Amino acid sequence: MSRIDWDDMLRHFVQVLAFCLVIATVQYGFQPDKPYGPLVVYSLFIGTSIWAIIDIGRGFFPSSVETGWPLGLSGLLLVAGGIIGGWFVGNHVGDYVCKMYGLYQPGTAPADPAADLRSSVLVTLLAGCAGSYYFYSANRSRYFERKMSEARKHMDEARLKLLETQLEPHMLFNTLANLRALISVDPARAQQMLDHMIAYLRATLNASRATSHSLQAEFDRLQDYLELMAIRMGSRLKFHLDLPGALSQQKVPTLLLQPLVENAIQHGLEPKVGDGEVRVTARRDGADLVIEVCDTGVGLSGLSPANGKGFGMSQVRERLATLYGDRASIEFANNESGGCRVVIRYPAEA
Amino acid sequence: MTATPLAPIALIAEDEPLLAQALQAELARAWPGLQVAAIVGDGESAVTKALELQPDVLFFDIRMPGQSGIDAAAQLADEWPDGKPFPALVFITAYDQYAVQAFEAQAVDYLLKPVQPARLAKTVSKIQDALGKRGASGDIESTLGPALDQLRALIGKVPEVAKAATLNVLQVGVGNNIRMVPVEEVLYFEAADKYVRVLTEAHEFLIRTPLKDLLPQLDAQRFWQIHRAIVVRADAIESVSRDESGKMHLTLRGRADKLAVSRLYAHLFKAM
Repeated sequence: MSRIDWDDMLRHFVQVLAFCLVIATVQYGFQPDKPYGPLVVYSLFIGTSIWAIIDIGRGFFPSSVETGWPLGLSGLLLVAGGIIGGWFVGNHVGDYVCKMYGLYQPGTAPADPAADLRSSVLVTLLAGCAGSYYFYSANRSRYFERKMSEARKHMDEARLKLLETQLEPHMLFNTLANLRALISVDPARAQQMLDHMIAYLRATLNASRATSHSLQAEFDRLQDYLELMAIRMGSRLKFHLDLPGALSQQKVPTLLLQPLVENAIQHGLEPKVGDGEVRVTARRDGADLVIEVCDTGVGLSGLSPANGKGFGMSQVRERLATLYGDRASIEFANNESGGCRVVIRYPAEA
Repeated sequence: MTATPLAPIALIAEDEPLLAQALQAELARAWPGLQVAAIVGDGESAVTKALELQPDVLFFDIRMPGQSGIDAAAQLADEWPDGKPFPALVFITAYDQYAVQAFEAQAVDYLLKPVQPARLAKTVSKIQDALGKRGASGDIESTLGPALDQLRALIGKVPEVAKAATLNVLQVGVGNNIRMVPVEEVLYFEAADKYVRVLTEAHEFLIRTPLKDLLPQLDAQRFWQIHRAIVVRADAIESVSRDESGKMHLTLRGRADKLAVSRLYAHLFKAM
């Protein structure tokens, strides 16, 4: 610990004072024949001495990030040292203060000094341990709470980022603009478009919940997206989805192909003057499933990062790597005929 | 001055057919006197059609195939014939934060998709105002000057690629080899179809990196864009001359080529 947190210190100090008063009061409850004053004085001085030794002392040891307490044995030794040292210092100062202010009434000298000593040591030991444990676990639970809220924040951020890439605002507003235009000229088609959009939005919003679904479901989502784009781009866009019936129930990570198809449109066909086509095919190659996304767009240009445009692409790569390790692969290349081809390969289910 | 104030002509450049039709329909309601002469779907056709029709108003979508609406407008400003007032420009975008910020800063008129009738009405009255004033003073200088200023400011502010590290050496594919060409040997770059020509004193190379991707990687102090397709190393320029029509040309040290400077960048060359 490199610096002392004064707010924390003050908070601890006040808590210690309150704890000492409670102990003095409990002791008084057991021995109502003795004067309350000295009990409070000793309790306060012993308690604060222990606290001071431990709380200041822990700054001199390397402490754990979790709790702010010294690690291992040094932590225990510090507590033991604090209790013993605190008891001597506190008693000494307590004696001095009591005498100075005449808190001992004449005639109340201890009847049994040995018993008093025993109870004083016992109370100090118990209270010292209890107090230390209290602060230790309070620190710990605060640490875990902090960690938890950090983790939650990270997760929220990641989810938000994913959502932002998926619900690309440009795509969203252009689609809405098309819908607005269709409503007056062709209400039936507008309704159709809205249905595709609803399915697309629902799938996108749900994607972070389920980790995988069937290839059929994946191709259905691609269909929704491509239908939307076909309305927007008019005759410029043609698409083919080719999923053999035998493969329709194979598993695929949810919306794995979506960013690939979106890239084909956004970076391949939309910038291209004239017509274009997107083709998605799935086939089986031995023990592997092979999925290809081909477009006839402008292709990858010389310097652009060929192996992953932005968040979408690196996300596809990462998901494949986490799920299948070396057994999955993804390749990007320009087609001979222009446009881009992405080939994904991962182990099929039996 | 030649434009008949009764029937102003508009050109719409928008790649999504439904949106182009919808804008035309909304315009018919908001400005019945406006005649939409043509609708085009990409940046290149936008320039060609605009030069051919010489409209009074342009509605340019930002994201279009071929080239962006802003690039198309810049090219148009460059090639616009003398003696004809430059059209009023309105950009359209679905969602481009940077573009909208730049438009606000430069007081360029723009529409957000979906286009709302109330917002369109505002734009229409602004254009009508501008056309009215133009009728009074109406020459190319008073209309093109402000348009050029706006476009100059927009071109830098609507980034298409993030700022990249400065490039010191070009890696040029020559046959099966890669040749390393230090950028300080380059006299100029010229965009040519799918390639960029790299010209040094003795050689000419081709690279596939588009000029607009290359530009952010060059030191802006040393390499000046003088035309939408040409970037010159400033200390390789020997002289700048202006011909009788007002067009600027550069001569270079070490090469006989004469390079045309476009209107958009003519302001870079002034005697000290």
